[in-house]
Amino acid sequence: MNKREFLKDAILFFPAAATLQALAPAAEGKAEPAKTPADYDATKHWYGMGIDVDKCIGCNRCVEACKAENDVPDEPFFFRTWIERYQIHENGETRVECISTRAALPEQAPPEDPTVVRTFFVPKLCNQCAHPPCVQVCPVGATFQTQDGVVLVDEKRCIGCRYCIQACPYGARYLNPRTKTADKCTFCYHRVTEGLLPACVEVCPTEARIFGDLKGKADRLVRFHRVNQISVLKPDLNTEPKVLYAQLDGEVR
Amino acid sequence: MSGAIPDSLNEQLSHQLSQVVGFIYPNEVETQWAILIVVYPYLTGIVAGAFILASLVKVFNVVEVQPIYRLALLTALSFMLVAGMPLQLHLGHPERAYEIFFTPQPTSAMAMFGFVYLWYLLGILLIEIWFEYRHQLVLMAQQSRGLLRGIYGALSLYSKDVSPEALAFDHKASKLITIVGIPSAFLLHGYVGFIFGSVKANPWWGSVLMPIVFLMSAIVSGIAMVMFLYILLSLVRNEKLDMRCLDKIGLFLLVAIIVDFTLEALDYIHRLYQSEESIGILTQLVSSKLFLSLVVVQLLLGMLLPLLILVLVRSVRFNEELRKLLYFTTSLLILLGIFSMRWNVVIGGQLYSKSLRGLMAYKMEITGIESLLTALALLALPFIILTVLFRLLPPRWMESHAQAAAS
Repeated sequence: MNKREFLKDAILFFPAAATLQALAPAAEGKAEPAKTPADYDATKHWYGMGIDVDKCIGCNRCVEACKAENDVPDEPFFFRTWIERYQIHENGETRVECISTRAALPEQAPPEDPTVVRTFFVPKLCNQCAHPPCVQVCPVGATFQTQDGVVLVDEKRCIGCRYCIQACPYGARYLNPRTKTADKCTFCYHRVTEGLLPACVEVCPTEARIFGDLKGKADRLVRFHRVNQISVLKPDLNTEPKVLYAQLDGEVR
Repeated sequence: MSGAIPDSLNEQLSHQLSQVVGFIYPNEVETQWAILIVVYPYLTGIVAGAFILASLVKVFNVVEVQPIYRLALLTALSFMLVAGMPLQLHLGHPERAYEIFFTPQPTSAMAMFGFVYLWYLLGILLIEIWFEYRHQLVLMAQQSRGLLRGIYGALSLYSKDVSPEALAFDHKASKLITIVGIPSAFLLHGYVGFIFGSVKANPWWGSVLMPIVFLMSAIVSGIAMVMFLYILLSLVRNEKLDMRCLDKIGLFLLVAIIVDFTLEALDYIHRLYQSEESIGILTQLVSSKLFLSLVVVQLLLGMLLPLLILVLVRSVRFNEELRKLLYFTTSLLILLGIFSMRWNVVIGGQLYSKSLRGLMAYKMEITGIESLLTALALLALPFIILTVLFRLLPPRWMESHAQAAAS
């Protein structure tokens, strides 16, 4: 093997090995939910998610991955994450549709509507607010914020009063009909504490979702925050969301 | 994991989904707080209102209303005993309800309500009724035999002292408890209003006026309920009504409705004038989904018509029979109107999307836990409890006892 061949193989080998190593835990099966590894220090992280609206193509794969990963009921009334489609018309009218509630994605693209001037997709999920109203109202402390900034529900403690669902301004919660307790996005806490990405981020083909640690200095999310103009949803409610949107249209609530 | 949810829920949600107008967040299809949570503030409001009417006698010495004092107290107790049930039944995990008392979260309005409820029931209502009835219970225990003697003895907590000093103490104690009871009754229902008013995510609920609107409507409904029961009892027993008492209750009812109307009008005027982001969808909500229950039933039938009748009764000299009929009609209209008000707050707040882009629907189940039948049963239960209480603790027993002793 000459030097040139060695370098060529090495360029292929090392990334491939790293990828396999990264995928190996996932191949072993699902990690135990809400159990963190012994050497994991929650105080060293502050998780968030960036969403690049321009990159989302509305393929709905994140929604399917989330439902599969987190055992979310298939029925179109329960979502930890979903995709909204916005159509801005010539006359200024905005039409919104949740494409994730459709039974099946259409086989063909819908006929072009000449009055539509702009269309875009917006992925939605729990905003993992730094100042979460759902946590404030829970009468028994079943929903709480972890030290690394993720809002979780303890399904063994939740009494199913649904006050948190009422208090969430983003419609991110639902009552799980199987457990009869409140349920919501966990940022795939069982994965991220193992060093993996949330399922929705993992499967996104266009990297519209960027998961990261706002405490990490060289983190992708920190960079995303630095280079984009960032908006959050309903900032007037002072919930301080940690889901950060880039190129977000003012029509989106 | 399809098919994992009950068919009835799937059916209900599919129907509600088909009724959606505009855009809603997908998790909003389900109505989280349904008919039982409408019943809950309705019952609690009657408790607070009836107690406040009773307190007029003790604290403010309004002698005219003395005849309904005990009726008002027993009404408050009957409704109080049922008020917690809809909450309990509505929980996903009713068996964990005790956690509210053992591990309450101090920042939660709902957690603190558990304590307010218990305080009001055990710290105010039961003690007040006990002092009011102690003399009677002692005498009843003396005069009855067997099991009843045991029951009355136990209810009087085996006290026997009916000396003038002891009775004077009863009177003083009951007055003191009423004084503490008034702010407690205010707290009880103001608090229910706060549970809704503090939800900033929902502009239909999130209003600083909500606790005070709830409180005033509670007073209105409590007075109306006692008035209704007073007239009904006189019809059932074929007894003559004390018209001075009834007219006085009518006056308090009129004042309470005027204050309630003013506050609610202020709330709507304020919303319209401030015209915040949510005003478009809320206007759409009121003019479509809530038109019948809010404009027709709550406002016209439940508030303006009773107001008109009560003003007429005070300004025109009607005869007694007609006045009685008008008061009876008024009380029923008000009870219907306040129920409608609770519906419009609780269900109304869940008929529009927090995206402010669409309206949802609510299809009430007929049977099941969260259903019309359960709601009707819970609304009927206080009347059954009241009947039992009337048998056990006859409000007029002392008068008939004194008459019997005299003859």
